[in-house]
Amino acid sequence: MSSEATTPSLLQFAGDAEGEAAIAEARRQIEICNACRYCEGFCAVFPAMTRQKAFADGDMIQLANLCHNCRGCYYSCQYSAPHEFDLNVPAALAAVRQDSWTRSAWPAALGRVFHRHGVAVAAALVAGFAVLLLLIQALRPEAGQGFYAFLSHNAMVAIFLPAFLLPLAALAVGLRRYWREVGGAPLRGRHLAAAFKDAAVLRNLDGGQGQGCNFEKGDRYSNERRFAHQATLYGFLLCFAATSVATLMHYLFDMPAPYGLFSLPKLFGLSGGILLCLGTLRLAMLKTRGARALGAPGVWGGEMAFVLLLFFVSLSGLVLYAANSTTAVPWLLALHLGSVLAFFLLTPYSKMVHGFYRLAALAREAQQRAAKS
Amino acid sequence: MADRSLVETTWDVVVVGGGNAALCAAITAAEKGASVLILEGAPKPYRGGNSRHTRNFRCMHRDPLSVLTEAYEEEEYFRDLLVVTKGKTDEGLARLAIRESEACLPWMEAHGVRFQPSLSGTLSLSRTNAFFLGGGKALVNAYYNTAEDLGVRAVYEAQVVHVGIEDGRFTHVEVELGGETLRIAGKAAVLAAGGFQADIDWLARAWGPSARNFLIRGTPYNRGVVLKDLLDQGAESIGDPTQCHAVAIDGRAPKYDGGIATRIDCVPFSIVVNKDGRRFYDEGEDVWPKRYAIWGRLVAAQPDQMAYAIIDHKSIDLFMPTVFPPEKAETIEGLARRLGLPVPALKQTVEDFNKACREGVFHPTELDGLATEGVAPEKTNWARPLDTPPYYGYLLRPGVTFTYLGLKVDETARVTAPEGVGDGRYANIWAAGEIMAGNVLGEGYLAGFGMTIGTVFGRIAGREAADHVL
Ligand SMILES: Cc1cc2nc3c(=O)[nH]c(=O)nc-3n(C[C@H](O)[C@H](O)[C@H](O)COP(=O)(O)OP(=O)(O)OC[C@H]3O[C@@H](n4cnc5c(N)ncnc54)[C@H](O)[C@@H]3O)c2cc1C
Ligand code: SF4
Ligand code: SF4
Repeated sequence: MSSEATTPSLLQFAGDAEGEAAIAEARRQIEICNACRYCEGFCAVFPAMTRQKAFADGDMIQLANLCHNCRGCYYSCQYSAPHEFDLNVPAALAAVRQDSWTRSAWPAALGRVFHRHGVAVAAALVAGFAVLLLLIQALRPEAGQGFYAFLSHNAMVAIFLPAFLLPLAALAVGLRRYWREVGGAPLRGRHLAAAFKDAAVLRNLDGGQGQGCNFEKGDRYSNERRFAHQATLYGFLLCFAATSVATLMHYLFDMPAPYGLFSLPKLFGLSGGILLCLGTLRLAMLKTRGARALGAPGVWGGEMAFVLLLFFVSLSGLVLYAANSTTAVPWLLALHLGSVLAFFLLTPYSKMVHGFYRLAALAREAQQRAAKS
Repeated sequence: MADRSLVETTWDVVVVGGGNAALCAAITAAEKGASVLILEGAPKPYRGGNSRHTRNFRCMHRDPLSVLTEAYEEEEYFRDLLVVTKGKTDEGLARLAIRESEACLPWMEAHGVRFQPSLSGTLSLSRTNAFFLGGGKALVNAYYNTAEDLGVRAVYEAQVVHVGIEDGRFTHVEVELGGETLRIAGKAAVLAAGGFQADIDWLARAWGPSARNFLIRGTPYNRGVVLKDLLDQGAESIGDPTQCHAVAIDGRAPKYDGGIATRIDCVPFSIVVNKDGRRFYDEGEDVWPKRYAIWGRLVAAQPDQMAYAIIDHKSIDLFMPTVFPPEKAETIEGLARRLGLPVPALKQTVEDFNKACREGVFHPTELDGLATEGVAPEKTNWARPLDTPPYYGYLLRPGVTFTYLGLKVDETARVTAPEGVGDGRYANIWAAGEIMAGNVLGEGYLAGFGMTIGTVFGRIAGREAADHVL
């Protein structure tokens, strides 16, 4: 990058040849699309690209994070291989996106390991179990009800609060870098609102007209991935809501766990757990059907491991609930909490980050749309 | 080794070709209950011929219809066609195509094609043309999926080399498939194998040797093999072999299949010179979509079939981005050197042109009457001096879209036979698409009409062929 650039380029601080090549290749492809524009109706990437003629690195990273890998533009492309233009926009943008997440991860080394290696994700999971098992054995309280009979409430807070807040802090660092790179202006409520709205219905995976994406059935459309993804998302949010409500009940209303079946935490937790379980299972199955070459093949394993981790989190939670007061509880509790621990800690270094960057990209897109009109 | 069932079956309808016209015919025939075989000469990734490069189709409608606004009625559509063809059209067939197009749009939607309003770009065609979501390849994919669901068999890399005809009746096709030449029998045939523009030798015979410098915008697989085979067997032809639709495209485009992305839209804002550095035509004659098509011929007539569109910085954002970046320089001399043009000549041309420009209001989107004075040829609109560096130059070459020489058909898309055969038509051979487009497009081109011809006559051919068999 030229030295007179006012904001340091991402490539400058990363010094990453692979990332540079990925951006150059994606730029080549996007410039062809910008002259063609046949795919303008599929997603937000195309209208965004037509606002300009030249694409700086930050522009490419923004476009890459707007892409939801629906693959509509690949299967519709008159220039995909063997054509000499050799277009594969979903893969090119996936490579840029993946590279930007990996580099924005803080510390970056963790991003490199966990994004790419399913084995590392599994190892983190096993480490999570081990830690929790040891703790459960070592810190078993004198008294306590429900799960707190095995690990006191305070111990749980002592473990999970930092496990939750530290990744969030790491994410915040990455997102700040992202915002600077894409030249984001100060964020307004309406931009965020637009971003959440798009995310809520996964608008950019609906094929532009609600017919869905071309993920698992080749050039045929299907909404399965979109629905599976939303089951996962809403399931996750419900589980999260369950924990949040429980925390409020505990601290504000002095209503400690365990809760009955018809309490908010249980209702949220159960429905969320089931949704998450089904959604992730379906996502994993669909993932085996989609052509790998249309995503970022290098991280396929890491992504798969992450989906399965989420599946395990939800499944172990449900089993734990079903095992209610049997002798299996301490083991199951360790398994479940261990996987939750691994999940939280991996958030900034795994596929989980995509949600945060996608939201940022959608907000930036809303901002740019507003600036243009 | 080819699948034996291909040759052991006598297919109800054998469809030759695998583009829009072929698919419309195949789907229609299959829906009537016929067993249908599609023989597509191209490998699967290139299936769909020129149709996969298309963007929209022109559709008559009395009221707003799907994504189309207002009304676009038969008379206006026909007048538009008369203007571009200068009257070289079969009025009966042309009106048939126009009238039938109205029913095509809902049919297309029902068979998986998705339309979208035109969102961006330079053309405003939302009243007359319906745009495919994802373009022509998405349309082709949708049709192949629909056909597959209907039990149509599609075979790729199946080059038909001969159409067997006995006593005015189609009996079989000879197909090159997997290194063998197979004989596939059928009760009826629909020929939808496109034009012959990818056969450069044929083009050169028709146009002269300059055709070897032409670029082919579409598929390399439309080599007119089937058309030639029929003509050799005496089938009646229509249209002029020297007529084809050619536009001026980026001279650096691939020889084949460059498609839409290689278009260059800057001509109205430019001066266009030949390799001697001289202007040769009024660049500002009309708005670009209207004059787009004539520039293919204009450039074809220049030495080495090359021309250069030159603009200055004032115009760089007035047109669609291009696939290849333009040559760029701070001075006209520098640009001339980069483009390989004679420096003094280009300098002189620009000076003469600049002197001929006058004050006035420049209006990029309409005929602004900002014309030159005292330069030949004059530029009648958007004439602004080239005086603001950097200067940009694009190499232009003729890009052939398709040829017009084809098979003569009647209103049922049945192919006209040689004198004395049958009732003047082959008993069971129909044609649709580019291979018979010359019946209605004797010359010129109307944006979106190629897909109209293929859809209308493809459906007719499929219906007639199935009715004949069943
Ligand atoms: C860049 C470009 C853009 C265009 N844009 C538009 C547009 O927006 N709207 C519009 O209306 N028109 C457009 N056209 C014109 C349009 O493409 C054609 O009019 C239309 O596609 C013709 O359809 P078809 O089915 O007759 O031929 P094609 O779609 O070309 O299909 C012919 C098929 O025959 C096959 N074939 C050829 N020879 C053999 C053989 N011997 N054996 C077996 N198979 C064979 C080919 O592989 C191909 O599949 C465009 C053309 C180009 C090149
Ligand atoms: S993906 Fe292909 S068809 Fe779609 S806009 Fe880009 S170049 Fe055109
Ligand atoms: S893959 Fe889908 S979301 Fe990504 S750019 Fe292509 S059409 Fe848009």
